[in-house]
Formats: sequence, structure tokens, C-alpha cells
Amino acid sequence: MNLTAIASIYRFEMARFFRTLVQGFVSPVISTSLYFVVFGAAIGSRIDQVEGVSYGAFIVPGLIMLSVITQAISNASFGIYFPKFIGTIYELLSAPVNFLEIVIGYVGAAATKALFIGLVILGTASLFVDVTILHPGAMLAFLVLTCISFALMGFIIGIWASNFEQLQLVPLLVVTPLIFLGGAFYSISMLPPAWQTVALFNPVVYLISGFRWSFYGLADVPVGVSLLAIAAFTALCLAFIWWIFRTGWRIRS
Amino acid sequence: MAMVEIRGLRKTYDSGFEALKGADLQIEEGEILALLGPNGAGKTTLISAVCGITMPSGGSIRVGGHDVVRDWRAARDLVGLVPQEISLEPFEKVANTVRFSRGLFGKGRDDAMIERILRRLSLWDKRDSPIRALSGGMKRRVLIAKALSHEPRVLFLDEPTAGVDVELRRDMWDIVRDLKRDGVTIILTTHYIEEAEAIADRIGVIDKGRILLVEGKDNLMRRMGRKELRIELAAPLEAIPEALHGHDLTLEEGGNVLVYGYDSTAERTGIGRLMAAVAGAGLVVRDVATRQDSLEDIFVGLVARQEDAA
Ligand SMILES: Nc1ncnc2c1ncn2[C@@H]1O[C@H](COP(=O)(O)OP(=O)(O)OP(=O)(O)O)[C@@H](O)[C@H]1O
Ligand SMILES: [Mg+2]
Repeated sequence: MNLTAIASIYRFEMARFFRTLVQGFVSPVISTSLYFVVFGAAIGSRIDQVEGVSYGAFIVPGLIMLSVITQAISNASFGIYFPKFIGTIYELLSAPVNFLEIVIGYVGAAATKALFIGLVILGTASLFVDVTILHPGAMLAFLVLTCISFALMGFIIGIWASNFEQLQLVPLLVVTPLIFLGGAFYSISMLPPAWQTVALFNPVVYLISGFRWSFYGLADVPVGVSLLAIAAFTALCLAFIWWIFRTGWRIRS
Repeated sequence: MAMVEIRGLRKTYDSGFEALKGADLQIEEGEILALLGPNGAGKTTLISAVCGITMPSGGSIRVGGHDVVRDWRAARDLVGLVPQEISLEPFEKVANTVRFSRGLFGKGRDDAMIERILRRLSLWDKRDSPIRALSGGMKRRVLIAKALSHEPRVLFLDEPTAGVDVELRRDMWDIVRDLKRDGVTIILTTHYIEEAEAIADRIGVIDKGRILLVEGKDNLMRRMGRKELRIELAAPLEAIPEALHGHDLTLEEGGNVLVYGYDSTAERTGIGRLMAAVAGAGLVVRDVATRQDSLEDIFVGLVARQEDAA
């Protein structure tokens, strides 16, 4: 293992983040506040409680997941796509580092940024509503796993993409709809029965459900199933990355 | 032992194009080898294969005795690359990106060494500038600084002087000579024979994916130094007159032109004696011209010879 190289990649990527720290910090704060104004005040005044939790508090876990997943994907996909785009990838390819080390560096940095933003949102949300966290350990575990697994997915997208449109395509057409339909802002039990069944095919449902359980003890699906789902997703991404590593797909001609 | 040993290297791109068709090349430790060839000859492809940027389709490459595929980590530890295209992170600062390169090669932070390199490349004043604020020549030097930051034993410079002014070009050559003094093996590609002449120990000529020749610079220069004096006569000759037999002449173009081959770098070219003899033989000269084989002529000659052999 070339640990120095991993640390160098990680630090280099984090430096990019710190250069734009103000944006990195301010924009999640503002968008979270807006969600509370729109969803919390407008809709919350009509719904007021979901399964014994105030609506404002109920949407906090979903809100965090929404940002963390989007951020993890975009950070990781951009992180590896950018060197491909401007040509600096030559250096990664000619250095004595293997693909795994590259992945750890880039995915680690992207996941760290996403985690940071998730925590900022949690902090902002607690200014607006009473957030209780029943299972802090589980909460952190879900959060970190989500950051890592979606950063892995973002890395794959970044390797696959051959232009900026493709880079946006998967997040826009697949991930964001899945999150919105995944119960970020409602409980699956609020849907008509037929749609409840459909919803169970949405992987994000398991994530948000598990994450929300760690806050309020409320879950659409059993927590064990949630954990299994995210573990399976992580494994899938890792397997795909291992395959890229074996074949040099889209990296080495 | 050769520092770099390339045997039967082939590369077929996904498009089906065969950029390297069995290239053989040996580079000795501590020498400067210039790889000379026209656009599309396969220079960059060859370098990319050695550095691990493209997968070879066939053949073998060893660097410092390590196979670049099987023993890739040990091989790459030794190699620095300055790519042909300027590719740098525009918003990153000069010193940071150089430090990053060193780390990427697994070497611990060494600010004194980075300072030495930046000073040598006249970049020290610019260490905190973002790269996008540098001129093209400075950016090229940043690429060199990055490659030197991890103390390579073998350095590949892919057209280091493309788009660089005369002064900077000389400076670049000095840097290359310094590196050679430190024992670094250097391979550089160029389109310019003068550049190869100025710094290389040996010159390799590559065209259409094949290494056509590798020769000591002095030998090749002597060949390049061959010139022809063409004397156009007022009236055609049947044969070379007796009085001129002592000179190495041939008769061309139906007896209208006398051709004299000579070495333009020699102390005595024999031209004066020849012209006197021509006048003495009573020949009327209409025009005189000299011709020199250009690099292109040598390419064409080499390729033609190879095709004849095939
Ligand atoms: N990725 C690629 N896919 C397909 N063909 C390629 C690729 N890269 C290079 N080639 C082709 O391979 C041949 C050799 O290219 P290469 O870049 O090695 O030439 P070169 O000698 O470096 O030329 P130049 O002096 O212009 O830099 C060219 O005909 C080029 O079109
Ligand atoms: Mg080239």
C-alpha cells in the first residue's frame, strides 16, 4: 500500500474543498433553511404530526440524506472526472499507485466532504426544530456508510462519463427522483397500498427508513433490512470498481 | 545493463489503428537519447506504454530490470514523465501541485528539495501563484518540476521545447545536461534535428510505428553532413573527361549535370580544386547548386530501404 500517495490524493482533494469552504458551508445552510420554510411551515401547518413526531422534525433525516447522497455523488464523480477532462490523469496512471489506492483517496475525500455537509445540515435543522437522536451510534454509522457508498457510486459515474452532460445524467434522472420518491418528506405508510409495494423496490427507501429510525425509532422497513440494503449497495459498487480495476475500463486505452 | 529495454513493442488502439509495430529500443543508463520522428510516428505512444498510461498490445518493456506490467510499482518508481500536452490543475498553486506529485510517488514531504527544483526552473517566485496565472513556458516548467519532484532515475520529456522561445530552449537544454550530470537517464522526443544535435548522445529515428535506426549522434550528423555539389553544364557530356577522373564524380540528367559528393563538415571539401579542374578541362558551367539530405530524405531513404527488404 502506498499510504503516502493515498494521503496526498486525499489532501489535494480536500484542499479543493477548503478553497471553496464558504460555498461548501453556506449553500447547505441556505437550502436547508429554505426547506424548513417551504415544507416545515407551509406543509407542516397542515400535517402537523407523522407517527407522533412533528412534521418539521420528521423530515430532518430525509433532508440530510438528500444532501449527503447528492453531495457524495457529485464530489466523487467530479473529483475523478476533472483530471480525465483536463488531462492530469496521466500523473495518476504513471505513478506507482494502484487503482484501489486512487479509489481510497478520491472516495475518502468525497465522503468526508459529504459527511461534513450532512453535519452542517443537522446543525442548521436543530435551530429550527427539536431534533432528538435515539441511537447516535447507528445514526453516525448510517451516515458514514451512505457517504462512502454513494461516493463510490459517484466515482464510477466519473470514470464512466465522457462529457459533462453524462456526469449530470445519472444524478439528475435516477438518483434525485429516487430520493424524492424514497420517503424523504413522507412516510411510506402514507401512500396508497399499491404504491407502498412499488416503493419497496426503491433502494433509497431502506436508507432513509433506517436513518430515520436512528433518530426517532420510526421505520418503514425493519432496521436490519435497511442495514442489509446499504451493505449490499456498497458491495455492489465495490464489485463494479474491482471490475474496472481489472479491465482498465475507460481509464487505460 | 540497459536502463530501459523495449522489445517488439506493439500497440493497437481500440480504433484498430496500429501505432507501434514491433519497436525495439535500448537506452543505456545515464545517456540522453533523442527520439526523432514526424507527427504520428508513435513517439508519444511509445512513451505512454513505458510509463503505464497505455497498455501495450504486445512485446515487453523493462525499466531498471523491472517489467513494467508484472513489476509495475518498482518500474514506475524510477520513471518521471513530462507529457507533450500541458495538463495542470488551473486553480492549484505551483508549489502545491509539485508537492502533490512527490507524494503520489510515495516520497515523504521535502520542502528543501522542492525549493531547489523550483529555483532551478526559475519558478520560485511563482510558487504561490495559481497555475492559470502562468505563461505557457512557465507551465511547461511546472510539468518538469512535477516530474523531477520524485527524483526519477529515468526522465521522459515529450517535446519539451514545443512552443518555447529560443532563450528558454537553451535553458531547457542546460537543465537536461545538469540532470545527465546527476546520472539521470533522459529520453526526449523532438521534431528538430538541431535539438537532437545540441543535447543528445544518441539519436533514434522512429516512423510509422517502427524504430528505423538508433545511432550515435556523431555518426548520424556525419551522414546528415553529406552534401552534393551539382554542376550544370552548357553542353551535355558523353563521359566524364579524363582530366576529372581524380575527382569522385557522377554524370546525371543525360550528361548535363556533374554531381560531386562531399562532406560539408570536413576541413577540406575539395570544391576549389574541382572547380579549377572543371575550368581547366574547358567545360562551360551554366549553374552550380548544392543539395543536402534533409531529415525527411533520411526518413524516406530508410523507409524505402525497409520496404525493399520486406
Ligand atoms: N487514443 C488513440 N486512439 C487511436 N489512435 C491513436 C490514439 N492515440 C494516438 N493514436 C494514433 O497513433 C499514431 C501515433 O500517435 P502518437 O501520438 O504516438 O504520435 P507522435 O509520434 O507522438 O506524434 P506527434 O509528433 O504529433 O506528437 C497516430 O497516427 C495517432 O493518430
Ligand atoms: Mg507526440
